[in-house]
Amino acid sequence: MTFFFEVLINGLLMGIMYSLVALGFALIYKASDVFNMAQGAMSLLAGLALVGFLEMSFPLWLALLCTVGIMIILAYSTVFFVLKPLVNRPPLMLFMATFGIMYLLEGIGQSIWGTDAKGLNIGIPEISFEIRGILMNTFDLTFAGVAALLVASLVWFFQKTRTGRALRAVSDDHEAALSVGIPLLKAWAVTWVIAGIVATVAGVAWGSRLGVQFSLGYIAFKALPVLIIGGIDSIPGAIIAGLIVGAGETLAEVFIGPYVGGGIQTFFPYLIALLVLYFKPYGLFGKEIIERV
Amino acid sequence: MNEEKEPILRAENISITFGGLKALDRVSLEINPGEIMAIIGPNGAGKTTMLNIINGFYKPDEGRIIFEGKERPKKMKPNLIAAQGIARTFQNLALFTGMSTLGNIMVGRTMLMHSNIFSQALYWRFSQKEEIEHRAAVERIIDFLQIENIRRTPASMLPYGLRKRVELARALAAEPKLLLLDEPMAGMNLEEKEDIARFVLDANEELGYTIALIEHDMGVVMDICDRIVVLDFGEKIAEGTPDEIKADPKVIKAYLGTAGG
Amino acid sequence: MFYRECGNFKDNYASDMAIFPIPLDRYGFIVMLILALIVIPLTATDYWISSIMIPFYCFALSAFGLNILAGYAGQISIGHAAFMAVGAYASLILYGRYGIPLLPSILGGGIVSAAVGTFFGLPALRIKGFYLAISTLASQFIIQWVIVHWRWVSGGVFGTVEAPDMQIFGWALDTPVRKYYLVLCIMILLITFGKNLVRGQLGRNWMAIRDIDYAAEIIGVNLYRDKLIAFAVSTFYAGIAGSLITFCYYGAANIEEFHVMVSFALIGMIIIGGLGTILGSFLGAGFFVLLPIAINQSLGAFMDVVPSDILSNIEAIIFGGLIVLFLIVEPYGMARLWHTIKDKMRLWPFPY
Repeated sequence: MTFFFEVLINGLLMGIMYSLVALGFALIYKASDVFNMAQGAMSLLAGLALVGFLEMSFPLWLALLCTVGIMIILAYSTVFFVLKPLVNRPPLMLFMATFGIMYLLEGIGQSIWGTDAKGLNIGIPEISFEIRGILMNTFDLTFAGVAALLVASLVWFFQKTRTGRALRAVSDDHEAALSVGIPLLKAWAVTWVIAGIVATVAGVAWGSRLGVQFSLGYIAFKALPVLIIGGIDSIPGAIIAGLIVGAGETLAEVFIGPYVGGGIQTFFPYLIALLVLYFKPYGLFGKEIIERV
Repeated sequence: MNEEKEPILRAENISITFGGLKALDRVSLEINPGEIMAIIGPNGAGKTTMLNIINGFYKPDEGRIIFEGKERPKKMKPNLIAAQGIARTFQNLALFTGMSTLGNIMVGRTMLMHSNIFSQALYWRFSQKEEIEHRAAVERIIDFLQIENIRRTPASMLPYGLRKRVELARALAAEPKLLLLDEPMAGMNLEEKEDIARFVLDANEELGYTIALIEHDMGVVMDICDRIVVLDFGEKIAEGTPDEIKADPKVIKAYLGTAGG
Repeated sequence: MFYRECGNFKDNYASDMAIFPIPLDRYGFIVMLILALIVIPLTATDYWISSIMIPFYCFALSAFGLNILAGYAGQISIGHAAFMAVGAYASLILYGRYGIPLLPSILGGGIVSAAVGTFFGLPALRIKGFYLAISTLASQFIIQWVIVHWRWVSGGVFGTVEAPDMQIFGWALDTPVRKYYLVLCIMILLITFGKNLVRGQLGRNWMAIRDIDYAAEIIGVNLYRDKLIAFAVSTFYAGIAGSLITFCYYGAANIEEFHVMVSFALIGMIIIGGLGTILGSFLGAGFFVLLPIAINQSLGAFMDVVPSDILSNIEAIIFGGLIVLFLIVEPYGMARLWHTIKDKMRLWPFPY
């Protein structure tokens, strides 16, 4: 039983990370109706940039700051060069445009900082310890803590601050928001900046675990099922679904995996997603689209 | 026309609720074969909802629909209802914008075409013959509605009035037993309205279609319709010939009550 | 001779509904056929035939399959490469392990892929939009996992199956030109069938579903049936394409060749080429196959050996940049550009 809890808790810690990546998607989708396939590439770019700055022997805080700076430039250029000309196009086109952004980011990032896999060490120790017989390590705990903090502050930002409320207004109704004087493009840019910061944290966390390389962009694939389980436009949905997926896939890998040959982590979240969507076509917390004739 | 005829469609005690709001409350109506019937009423009276229930897009909470003497099963899919012979147009244009006028009207005949996928892929014998037959039928409708010159125009490039006409063509292409028109003349100028009114009359008299329509222009309704049903706040308040409706105090009150404030 | 519609009267519906109603288009098409059937096999080097033309045709076929689903029926799939893998493995197993003749094996690969594709299309009956798009990714990961982990499929480690030598009626397909003809013939046949489908009733139903699904249903389109048929046809094409590219180009079925990035590239191809057109599938695939070669050639002028990472990075930048550019400037892709030119030609030399 202790082993079960150990697996469960490690799964939940992983789940918080998934929530974080999914949150990046959900934020952009809510604010601009764009389903951003480049979210994973943004994390890759952030990871590459951070390693690059660290290799130039910047101190950690400065390197992080410069990375965030790059994400801000990226956010503004995406909004003004890609999204602005595509305003009022069908969502499918915007979705496809983010495919283009994904290729661009991967190409540009790797052109500047190279394609080799790099280690990323930002000085968080990895010490394993036991609480009541449950094995955990400081590294996972630290990042789960950071992720939880970020999630909490985002919720606070959207619920309590003036800017946050303006962004929520934009997401509810573009035209109505415009008519009360909220500048749409600026609101989008702010959202993309936030998503960029979320991507940076995710990139750093996963990069230090797996190394910074091309496949870092694939963490998006982990977050996508999380997103549709929770409902694309729901922030609490992303958080809860992340925990479900993290716990579910870890438990499945440990307890079912050995019987079927292992490696089921890659697709198990999608199975959960298909199951949930069968009963709730708009996810657990997603807004249902009611059709009118 | 006084002999007793079995109505082509009978709706009995239809009720439907949207989020606590009763959009229709025990409304019954009948549509007789060969007539033009109008459903009128102030905005929000539940007219479009009624059409949506008749063609199966909404399922009523209560009540039943009897079409050609047979009660409709509760969960029948809209495409099967269309296959029984109910076609319609939409209040807020629903043309397939990625296709030409011709393509749109051909979609209207989808239920009448039966060649299977393999035959279609080969475009051989049966499939080709079928395609040509139906194309000829569609051309007759195009002639009837006088839209020959926009045959190949993409629907997205048509002006509003013509879009409404193409929608009418698409509905006629299905050769329905019952044709539902949701505000076929909304937003048109007088000349366009007269055109559509003439087409509706011709479709009824020459081609023998049974038509139920929603329209706000009382002049047109009184002129072309045989019978009128008046809805107000989800309830049927009157039913009768145009002359009876004009004189009905309830109808006058409902209209003045909303229009005059 | 002018490119004209007028002076070119049709007296029956059959000729008005022909694929190329304007004679010059018809001639152009015949020229392309002659080029593909005779000139290229006679003149091109083995390298061009086996490393450029064959993958080009296979990707065009697969892109057309995806175009049926996304461009015509409006149901986007982001796991399409996995169905190429299904077709590849299925046909290899049929041919290599069970000794079924080559052509039925390839067909079998398509049919197995269509069956799997229909299964993964089932969510389309309940969900749509982005929810559906993401759930199609499930097919990518589940199929990958099955191929790698089920020994019966891959027959060994790493999910690689060697393609045996090919024979049709005892006639060995061993030279690039012979393989080229195999691919070309199947491709032409399938594209013809596909063209007939998309211009017929099924194609119109698909476009109706894509444009306004509820209106299509009210008019009488059987949404469920036609969506599933779109998945079946689309994945059938993917399966055949996967089988052909494995037999005639890769030489072995390897799951890495059908990675999720290939699925993304297929989406890129149909955007750049043109959504909902057959020409677009070819233009997009041609662009995708030729781009790395063009970059290699142009960089080769400056350096002796172009490092592969620089090559792939520049490729990604150009590919991504063009996707964005096309969506902004010409959302219907290169095929629309071509149509714009044709429209101008129709009026030339008096544009007003």
